[in-house]
Amino acid sequence: MKVIEKDTLIGKRIAKLDAPEKASGKTRYVHDLDLPGQLYGRILRSTRVHARIRRIDVSKARALPGVHAVLTAADVPYQRPLGVGKDQLPLKGDKVRSRRDEIAAVAADSEEIAAAALALIEVEYEDLPPLTDPAEALKPGAPVIHDENLPPPAAHEALKPGAPGDAEAHRHNVAMTFDYAQGDVAVGEAESDIVVDDWFRLHYVTHCCMGVSGIIAEFGPSGNLTLYSNTQVPFLHKREFAEILGMDPGRIRIIQPPIGGGFGSKLDIYPFEPICVFLAKATDRPVKLVFSREEEFVASPTRQPVLLRLRSGAKKDGTLTFRTCETLHDNGAYTSWGATTPFVMMQTISSLYRVPHCKYHTTAVYTNNPYAGSFRGYGNLQATFAVEQHMDKLAAALGLDPLEMRLKNAQDPGETTPQGMQFKTCGLKDCLTTAAAASHWREKHHAAIAAQKTPGRLKRGVGMASMLHVGGGAKIYPSDGCGTILKIDDFAHLTLMTGASEIGQGSETVLAQLVCEELGLPLDAVTVVNNDTDITPWDVGVHASRTTFIGGNSAIGAARKAKTKILAAAAKLTGLPEVELELRGGHIVRAATGEALMSLAKLLRSLHFSDKAELVMTTNYYEPPSHHQDKEFKGDVSAAYAWATQVVEVEVDTETGVVRLVKVTAAHDVGRVLNRLGIEGQIEGGIVMGQGYAITEELIVEDGVVRNPGFRDYKLVTAPEIPEMDIHFIETMDGEGPQGAKGVGEAPAICMAAATANAICNATGVRIYELPFTPEKVYRALHRAKAPGGTG
Amino acid sequence: MSLKREIAFVLNGVRTRATVPVEMSALAMLREVVGLTGTKYACGEGECGACTIIVDGLSTCSCLMFAVDCEDRDLTTIEGLARDPLGEKLERAFVECGAVQCGFCTPGIVVQAKHWLEAHPHPTRAEIQRGIEGNLCRCTGYVKIVDAIEMASRNDA
Repeated sequence: MKVIEKDTLIGKRIAKLDAPEKASGKTRYVHDLDLPGQLYGRILRSTRVHARIRRIDVSKARALPGVHAVLTAADVPYQRPLGVGKDQLPLKGDKVRSRRDEIAAVAADSEEIAAAALALIEVEYEDLPPLTDPAEALKPGAPVIHDENLPPPAAHEALKPGAPGDAEAHRHNVAMTFDYAQGDVAVGEAESDIVVDDWFRLHYVTHCCMGVSGIIAEFGPSGNLTLYSNTQVPFLHKREFAEILGMDPGRIRIIQPPIGGGFGSKLDIYPFEPICVFLAKATDRPVKLVFSREEEFVASPTRQPVLLRLRSGAKKDGTLTFRTCETLHDNGAYTSWGATTPFVMMQTISSLYRVPHCKYHTTAVYTNNPYAGSFRGYGNLQATFAVEQHMDKLAAALGLDPLEMRLKNAQDPGETTPQGMQFKTCGLKDCLTTAAAASHWREKHHAAIAAQKTPGRLKRGVGMASMLHVGGGAKIYPSDGCGTILKIDDFAHLTLMTGASEIGQGSETVLAQLVCEELGLPLDAVTVVNNDTDITPWDVGVHASRTTFIGGNSAIGAARKAKTKILAAAAKLTGLPEVELELRGGHIVRAATGEALMSLAKLLRSLHFSDKAELVMTTNYYEPPSHHQDKEFKGDVSAAYAWATQVVEVEVDTETGVVRLVKVTAAHDVGRVLNRLGIEGQIEGGIVMGQGYAITEELIVEDGVVRNPGFRDYKLVTAPEIPEMDIHFIETMDGEGPQGAKGVGEAPAICMAAATANAICNATGVRIYELPFTPEKVYRALHRAKAPGGTG
Repeated sequence: MSLKREIAFVLNGVRTRATVPVEMSALAMLREVVGLTGTKYACGEGECGACTIIVDGLSTCSCLMFAVDCEDRDLTTIEGLARDPLGEKLERAFVECGAVQCGFCTPGIVVQAKHWLEAHPHPTRAEIQRGIEGNLCRCTGYVKIVDAIEMASRNDA
């Protein structure tokens, strides 16, 4: 008798399915693809930050041999506004509002010819007064960025609330506003024994995906459009392309070659994408358009820069009483997802801890600066930076340990916050105590305070920060679902067709793992198809840390349907009741003994080649049981919530201002660990991305111009600079999560800047409210030195 | 448009001839003329290491080298490591250790690691970190890349 023991894939260290081809250089990213007859597209961008275009002369460019098309706005009268705010056309005809603005585009036989053609285009500008300081945008007499009357979007469904501003708002440079309130902050303030009130300044950083932006567009003989695109949201993209181009969405197919990094950057549609389609249409040839690294720095989105004022109060025993938060978002010239980060920021303000009274306001203003998109963490790094510094400030003022202060106000499972979020599982207190114990928090924190006044150049300190983020999707769009199609062939090989995109985060592997777990199959029995809108069912896209949770539940549902069908057939064949049967190791087994009764492949063939002639193919669409927020931003927007605490240990060189990250101790409530190798990788990568945000990275924008568009001057963290990392998983086994798991993609980057700020303060006694913590900034803060020519 | 030259070199053990514009980089030659796309463009100025190849035994950013300067040289790219015992070991270790996420920086780091391990066969973790400091990775936080190189450096791997 052959016995197959029960085994599980959950929690194991599983290598990514796509890793072998990536490690051997065989993966073909969009940059590596060429289509027969392909032309090369390039874009001419503005050299001014704010100007009217008086004249564009493309005649010399058109005359250059090897040039197939030169397009300006005048050549594409059918173009329509794009993006979150629908406040820009792909090609700008009347006026430019930032240095990235697209004025003309060329398709040529080679990149070199395309570049030469761009140099032959003559543009005459009439400069307008620039507006590059967001604080000036609302003042009377400020230059108006959007004074135009754009053609109305084809099918504009305004997001309400938090909808893009209308023409009247635009005349005052207001792109979007957000207001949220719970309780009465005046009551909260009256009850407070201590109130702290500070301004925080959050800077520009950008995604720096190693694979630069790129797209290939091709029209087929029947007019169907195929796009080879890096998008994170293929199905939303398909619809948006149809609107911009005035096409039937059914005639657009999006193929996603493997993506060289996303991190939120590919969540909106950007002008270069429809421009490439215009070029393909004009030339009736496939056109490939790939950015240079400099272009990537200038013309891809940034993280949202924010000026934030936070006022917080507490009672003597540490109980929080109220919070008031006002932010000024520099929207840049156009509205993308960056402007909508208040959706997430207000959650941290209102619900990371129990706060009875809260008030939140954001104004996002137009300027002539680069515009911000979504970026891993989506405003939460900014909000957490302020909130978690205030937790430490309040604790210090009240003579409490920052850990006690947090534990006192931490959420518990079962709570529903005034904003309407329901925490069915919540591991925050476990995260706090686990991270504190593993990092020797109390000893180190107290020792550092004692050592602040003692002499010595190098100062050590520890700082903690916690975070709350959606972990079960986010119901922002009409649906937050994901579809799955599953087919099993005659040899028990599975094809898993999922709407969920792989952007390097490992979703392909985790989805295969979840399906194999249900069907008792090894991982090599699965092929995952996840990159072609003509094949895969709908999914809202890779965002909001949702793919494992939503795509995972969808895949599990499809697998369970297949399992039901298989076990019913097996029951008939074996004469045993279904409940006594299980699928293990590619076999039908007796559940009680593990005795192998027949191979799954044999069962499938007997189903197929029988009078019934059936194949096992199932479909499933999973929609999480979450809710849209109401007009007051209240509602249980996610099916689960993720929590974390990170403790950062720093060493500050007080003579140079250099901050070295010594160690990060991270405790994350992830629901349950599915793929241990994958989740460690997500957390390690997020910690280092957060380290860059805190210490090394800054996109320097002066007068609307990016001054450091290259890796030489934009400092990413390198291998020798990473801290020691000690990662702990808190498994709260979420009831709605796939096998109990919650989303984790964004979480690890969120706490780092706040915890680093607290650690620097613990080491030196000096608190810094502005990022990044460069040597220059830290030195000045420690020595109260002024910046040359500034007020710093 | 531009002046071209025919050059001869050894690429992954194979004698190769290519006709290249004089201003073309070795990176562009590999990708566009020879058709080997495992070597990546990610910055074009020698800052990120995604285009790392081995030229006459030295790891080199191929974006900073003219194609014509490959004349009479011995080039190894990621594609050439498949049949190299250390290269194969490294690729397997990168897979097993979870050192690959989006994978765009991976070929450059594998090539750099192969070059570096040959000179430093028994490195500490800190030495490995120094060995790949010229290679940027935005996904992994480097920990698992160091794990992989450490695993490949062990004789029993």
